[in-house]
Amino acid sequence: MLGFGADLLWADMNRLLAFLFHQGVLDEQFLQLQQLQDEASPNFVSEVVNIYFHESEKLLTNLRGLLMEREYKKMGIHLNQFMGSSSSIGAKRVTNVCVAFRAATDQSNRAGCLRALEMLEHEYCYLKNKLHELFQIEQQRALVAGVRYPV
Amino acid sequence: MDTDSFVSFDHVSPEDSHEVHVLAVDDSLVDRKVIERLLKISACKVTAVDSGIRALQFLGLDEQRRTSESDGFVPDLKVDLIITDYCMPEMTGYELLKKIKESTMFREIPVVIMSSENILPRIDRCLEEGAEDFIVKPVKLSDVKRLKGYMTPKEVIKMRSQEDRRSDGYVNGGDGGVLEINNKRKLEEQDTSDVSLSPPSTSTLSSSPSVSSPSPSSSPTSSASVLASPIRRLKMTSTD
Repeated sequence: MLGFGADLLWADMNRLLAFLFHQGVLDEQFLQLQQLQDEASPNFVSEVVNIYFHESEKLLTNLRGLLMEREYKKMGIHLNQFMGSSSSIGAKRVTNVCVAFRAATDQSNRAGCLRALEMLEHEYCYLKNKLHELFQIEQQRALVAGVRYPV
Repeated sequence: MDTDSFVSFDHVSPEDSHEVHVLAVDDSLVDRKVIERLLKISACKVTAVDSGIRALQFLGLDEQRRTSESDGFVPDLKVDLIITDYCMPEMTGYELLKKIKESTMFREIPVVIMSSENILPRIDRCLEEGAEDFIVKPVKLSDVKRLKGYMTPKEVIKMRSQEDRRSDGYVNGGDGGVLEINNKRKLEEQDTSDVSLSPPSTSTLSSSPSVSSPSPSSSPTSSASVLASPIRRLKMTSTD
C-alpha cells in the first residue's frame, strides 16, 4: 500500500518533469544534473539548485538597481553570469530571457530592458515554484519509500 | 602500468599515481559545483578555485611564491589538467592560459577553456595560445569523458612523448608537449579548409606555443607521426 504511494509520487514527479521539458522551462542539462546524483551525492541536484536560487536572487536585485542607474555595461556582466548559471542547471527559458535582456543592454535600450527584466523575474519565479514542487514530491517519495523499507 | 621507469615527479605515492588531478577554475559557484561533480564521478581528484589568481597561487606561480620555478622543487600537487572558464573578472581564462604556457614548470599541463559563448575568434585565439580544447558550456558528462582521453597522469604522457620523438622529428613544444588533440569544434570548423591534415595542424598549433598563426599546410612528417600514434588515430575517427 505504501509502496503504491511511492509509485504514485514517482509518476507525479515524472509528469511534472515531462511538463517542464515540454514547456521548455527545463532542458537536457537538468537531466544531466540528475545523472550526477547518486548515493555518494544524494542531494546534488537540490544543493546546486539552491545555490543557483541564492545567486539568482542577488543578481536580480542588482539588475534592478543597475537598471535604475542606467548602468548597461554592468548589467551585461551580471546577465552573463545569470545566463551561465541558468544554462548550467538547464533553466532554458530563463537563459533565453537573459540573452534577449543582454541584447537590450547592448543597445542601451531602456524600455527593452524594463520589459526584459519583468519577463526575467516572471520566468525565474515560475521556475523556482516548479522546482520547489519537484523537490517536495521527491522528498515525500523518499519518506514514503523509507517507511516501506524500514532500516 | 609501470610507473617506476617514468616518474617525472618526485612525490608520487602509489595510490594516487593513477588518479588524475584536475584544477578547475570558475568564478561561478554553480558551475564550480557542477564541474566538480562531473569530474569526481569520472574518477578524478578535483581542486576547484574561483579565480585565475587563486589558480596561480595554487600552482605556486603567483608573485609572492616564486619557489617552484627557481629551485626545481615540485610540490605534491601534480596537476594533470587545468580546466578554466573564459569569462572571469580580473583575470580571464585566456590570460591564465598564457601565464601557464609561459611557465617552464607547468606549460606541459593541458589547459581546457570553457565558455558559454561559441565565438570562433575566441576559440582560435585560445587554441593558438596552446589550449588543448575548448568546451562550450553547459559542460556535460560526455565532454568530461572526452577530456579524460588526454588527461592521463604525467607518467603516461612522458612515455608517449618519448614514443613520438622516436618516430618523427616534428616540433613539440619543449620536452613533452605531445598530447592528443581532440578539438571537436575546431575540427568541425577546419574540415572545410583542410582535407586530411586538420588534426595535425591543430596539434602542431597546440603543442608548440611559439606558433602564432595556423598553417593548414603542415609538414607531411607531422601528419605521418600523428597517424603513427594509435591514440591520435582513434581520436580522429571518434570525433563526430
